[in-house]
Amino acid sequence: MSIQINGKVLETDEEGYIQALDEWSPEVAEYMAKEDDCDLTENHWEVINFLRDYYDEYQVAPAVRVLTKAIGKRLGKDKGNSKYLYQLFPYGPAKQACRYAGLPKPTGCV
Amino acid sequence: MSILHTVNKSPFEKNSLETCLRIAMEGSSVLFIEDGVYGAVDGTSLNGKLSDAGNRLKFYALGPDLKARGLSENSVMNCVEVVDYDGFVDLVVRHDATYACL
Amino acid sequence: MEEIPEEYEGGIVKKFMYVNRRAPHGTIYAQESLEVVLVGAAFDQEVSIVFMDDGVYQILKDQDTSAIGTKNFSKTFRALEMYDVEKLYVERESMQARGISEDDLNVPVEVITSEEIGRLMEQHDVILSF
Repeated sequence: MSIQINGKVLETDEEGYIQALDEWSPEVAEYMAKEDDCDLTENHWEVINFLRDYYDEYQVAPAVRVLTKAIGKRLGKDKGNSKYLYQLFPYGPAKQACRYAGLPKPTGCV
Repeated sequence: MSILHTVNKSPFEKNSLETCLRIAMEGSSVLFIEDGVYGAVDGTSLNGKLSDAGNRLKFYALGPDLKARGLSENSVMNCVEVVDYDGFVDLVVRHDATYACL
Repeated sequence: MEEIPEEYEGGIVKKFMYVNRRAPHGTIYAQESLEVVLVGAAFDQEVSIVFMDDGVYQILKDQDTSAIGTKNFSKTFRALEMYDVEKLYVERESMQARGISEDDLNVPVEVITSEEIGRLMEQHDVILSF
């Protein structure tokens, strides 16, 4: 499978995660969000950018429990809870946000 | 508590047996399987190490793996008991956990 | 799976020990082991990780795989704490044999002897070998 962004074809796996992580650009997230009928706000971007930093540092896409905890530490308690994160990413904060962020599917998600 | 350690690599190629002897505690067992059975053979340079560990550990070797390699009950050290597949299962059941030292 | 279903909460927790004895980049063992650890941790199991023999090379500092085109999963060991995997053990004898000291490692560990590993092993329900 693949998606096309700015005339460039990006390979994805069968669940829509891009294959080559260095091909990511913010347009990838915008494109995927549009497909899901989701408007990306500053709050979404905060999580997406957090995930990209996290992956860069640890080379792993965090499981949802870990993401929630880590967001709480970085962005405060009012954001480090599943209610807030599920409101932003109703398909599952780890899965959906990681896909937008151009990361692999989180380890531990079956 | 007792652990069944299985060793499936030749001690002349890998250090699995040595590692296993280093960490195996009193009352545990070592089962030689696959290429690991070479470690149980009598007359090798490893016999001393096995004898030293023999008073705290029990040694077993899997018969079918010996046979496949042209070895038999007579080829292994006296402290090694040869078991068949049923014996293997019994050993797993008799110990609290199994550690496959690869 | 995103969340652990309610009916499993407070369910059976087993003690898992992962024993890593292979160097990191020549074979897939080390990376696969780490993957299994992360999956296990997502299911709220109790996890200890032991590094012995060439496994101690997995947590050496300053690994940089960019030029061999593979993932630098040595960084991921630093994330384990957030997965509530806090018990990392290294065998003293293996470190000594390889001239490695605690300062050479990229993650906090407890250095213990072979005998202590043997005793620790007996306290676990499942021992996985990589």
